[in-house]
Amino acid sequence: MPRFWDGLLVSLQILALGSVLSFALGLVWAIAFRAPTRFIRWPVNLVTEFIRNTPLLVQLFFLYFVLPDWGVQFSALTTGTVAIGVHYSTYTAQVYRAGIDAVPVGQWEAATALSLPTTRTWTAVILPQAIRRVVPALGNYVIAMLKDTPLVVAISVLDLLGQARLESSHTFQYTEPLTVVGVAFILIAYPASLLVRALERRLVR
Amino acid sequence: MTSGLWQHWVLPGIWITIQLTVYSAALATVVAFGVGMARTHRSRFVRFLAGFYTEIFRGTSALVLMFWIFFVMPNLFGWALVPMWAAVLALGLSYGAYGAEIVRGALNAVPPAQREAGIALNFTPWQQMRLIRLPQAIPEMIPPFSNLLVELLKGTALVSLLGVGDVSFAAYLVRLATQESAQIYAISLVIYFVIAFLLTRGMRALERKTKAGLGLQPVAAGGAK
Repeated sequence: MPRFWDGLLVSLQILALGSVLSFALGLVWAIAFRAPTRFIRWPVNLVTEFIRNTPLLVQLFFLYFVLPDWGVQFSALTTGTVAIGVHYSTYTAQVYRAGIDAVPVGQWEAATALSLPTTRTWTAVILPQAIRRVVPALGNYVIAMLKDTPLVVAISVLDLLGQARLESSHTFQYTEPLTVVGVAFILIAYPASLLVRALERRLVR
Repeated sequence: MTSGLWQHWVLPGIWITIQLTVYSAALATVVAFGVGMARTHRSRFVRFLAGFYTEIFRGTSALVLMFWIFFVMPNLFGWALVPMWAAVLALGLSYGAYGAEIVRGALNAVPPAQREAGIALNFTPWQQMRLIRLPQAIPEMIPPFSNLLVELLKGTALVSLLGVGDVSFAAYLVRLATQESAQIYAISLVIYFVIAFLLTRGMRALERKTKAGLGLQPVAAGGAK
């Protein structure tokens, strides 16, 4: 059982740091989508589309095996967290984009009329209105991320699933550890999805 | 990179990835329509069962489900699936649950008056579903289904962890053989991207076709006759 808790902590740690990274990086992408020059917009679109449409598992392998060749050495845990954060940032970017697009044009015009500088327009006018609406959608991606955290077993991180496999490989009993892991995911994901639904009712009207 | 590796692993890997995607998508579609329609059923019990299914399969991770089917089912039921079919079963059941939500949403988006018209014509519930609600809901389902298919395609990469020789597994083997990680992983990412791109294109064509067939969009420029 202590193994189970260790694994759970690792899974939750990946989830927490991966979420923060995906929220922050996604916002950067979303603002870059609206950059004044297409020399920024175009590459950012291409890169995010590419990341969004290729498997997280292969990206995980790419980072884990290729970065050391290029002289960048991260631990498996860090690599896993970064891979998940970057992968999901391309999803959250689309969410932010929709939220920003939903801010009425008049708000942009008002900011221009007040001759607010670009930074102030974003931080004081646009983002506060956009982010409120996108919180439930971001919540859904946190749940999706939770279900993708076990992929890190592929690069030998001992998360919840990794500990279960380790346990199985010692005892040759697969039934109990794997069932416990499956149930654990449902026990976390289901209340989380209820929470997101409640948020949706409150924030999006 | 030697050409033998390409012939023996990468090209068959692409074929296996495509097969996996097609089979799991077929299973997921069947599950999605079955469970999705059950979620709009008159009987409360049927709705509850369908809702339970979606919560369970959406709640757990596809990878955990795949391991569970592959390692635990033989212990519980005494029969084992080859890795390929264990993977298809896991992906189909898991993405079917997401598909069911798409089907349910599209069916609920059909205006209630359409249903009342069906009742007025004395259609049975099944006739209402088949002749009125599904034909109107299907074009609405295609864009989200297209996203789901791309997710499914990416999900097939998980099967390499069971040793199925798909694109990801081919990449893994070629990396072991050649020690050229960057190249082979970059190539396999591009392969997935190209398949995803073609999938999205195909679904867009399908969407245009179904909408034109239903007369929901003017077929020729200048509007309907």
